[in-house]
Amino acid sequence: MSRSGFASKSYRTRGIVLRTHKLGEADRIITLLTPNGIVRAVAKGVRRTTSRLGATLEPFMEVEAQLVMGRNLDIVSQAQLRHAYGQLLVADYPSYTVANAMVEIAEKLLEADSDSTLRQYRLLHGALALLSKLAVEPGAVLDSYILRALSIAGWAPSFTSCVRCGKPGPHEALHVQLGGVVCADCRPSGSLSPHPVTIQYLQALLEGDWDAVALAGPRARKQAAEIVANYLQWHLERAVKSLRHVERS
Amino acid sequence: MYEGAVQELIDELGRLPGIGPKSAQRIAFHILDADAEDMTRLAASIQLVKEKVKFCEICFNISEQDTCAICRDERREGSMICIVEESKDVLAIERTRAFGGRYHVLGGSINPLAGVGPEQLHIRELVTRLADDSITELILATDPNLEGEATAVYLVRALAPLGIKITRLASGLPVGGDLEYADEVTLARAFEGRRVAGRAAAPQVAPQLPAPEPRTEVPARGKPEAGESTSDHPVDAQTQQRFVVPEMDDHRSATR
Repeated sequence: MSRSGFASKSYRTRGIVLRTHKLGEADRIITLLTPNGIVRAVAKGVRRTTSRLGATLEPFMEVEAQLVMGRNLDIVSQAQLRHAYGQLLVADYPSYTVANAMVEIAEKLLEADSDSTLRQYRLLHGALALLSKLAVEPGAVLDSYILRALSIAGWAPSFTSCVRCGKPGPHEALHVQLGGVVCADCRPSGSLSPHPVTIQYLQALLEGDWDAVALAGPRARKQAAEIVANYLQWHLERAVKSLRHVERS
Repeated sequence: MYEGAVQELIDELGRLPGIGPKSAQRIAFHILDADAEDMTRLAASIQLVKEKVKFCEICFNISEQDTCAICRDERREGSMICIVEESKDVLAIERTRAFGGRYHVLGGSINPLAGVGPEQLHIRELVTRLADDSITELILATDPNLEGEATAVYLVRALAPLGIKITRLASGLPVGGDLEYADEVTLARAFEGRRVAGRAAAPQVAPQLPAPEPRTEVPARGKPEAGESTSDHPVDAQTQQRFVVPEMDDHRSATR
């Protein structure tokens, strides 16, 4: 134990800022995704133009923060920027909308399950980094992120072998609620019959095979996006508000 | 719990921003103790505000008439429109006395997490306003935070085809501070928006007046050329290079 009570109650962590809420006159509540879980902390005076922390504690930034434990909320005492993804993402409007959807999904997933925090952190970090490079179409990054975040949370879909009997594919029918493709024998009512290319595209998204993803046409992308959104909705059981505002090319 | 009217007042006061149950109780008892005339005046002014104040039909600033005082003022420059998020921002800019044009209040900023998209803002009305040929410049004065920045980027993309000059407020170092304490993002922005302070020795003997402040147009970002991922700012390119970004592929094994 440290001799000073104050020092023992402060800790240092890195984290990605998921969202911010206004608090009082000039403060903000920062929702920080750290490798150990979600932390909500108060950043004092960041809305003033003289604040040094303001630009650092914006959404999507990866920061190294010093926090002091409080009774309800921790307090951010210092923060240093590690990666300024926010500045890069905001320059491209579709990327900005996608990043918003990703952080909302990350927050919702981790509220329910805190075992896989480190893996979710790495996945979100990787996704934001990729998005900020503008190398891949933002919509594809989002769909890939959703599929992989759900996989980490324990809802891994299968687009190769039948989700019921395990018969190796390729199969033609896809059942969203069951979580992937189904063979002709298992096919329940309510299954979809997407284009075979769409199923290959979904598999590429799940694996992060960006070369294969880049080859897909607009129809496969649209169809896949609908399937992914339904799959997310089915498991999350709550609406993701920002998904409606995502701009796809 | 107090009886009827007092408890009702406490509950109502408690719904105001920044007022908790204890403060609500204190204010309620202050109202009970205070002069009846003063409190009637307070009640009347609340009522009056709700009855009379509405949004200006042109710029969506708060106003007591159909159009606000700024839109009615003939002496103001009609060719410049300053786009702000809230009516409070109009007041902040008016206090500087540096701007003599008109305003357009968007009513917020694009924030998908709060369910606010471009459709919820007064952007359509702005486009209608721009049909007027006398407007030559739009000044984007949204907040210098991420949401405000995203709104500005969206507006530039949506309004650039109209062919009107669009400028963005400068952002950079606060006056009276030390450079070493400036945060990276602000300092980088200060570099982006640097302006000419002096030129290489000119042949003239007479001392030159300082060069006119260059008004840099916000480049239409968001549409990078094929294969080009960085924006046209040298600083951006540098910062991007400096980042050692983890690949998403690193975690591919996680899903298998």
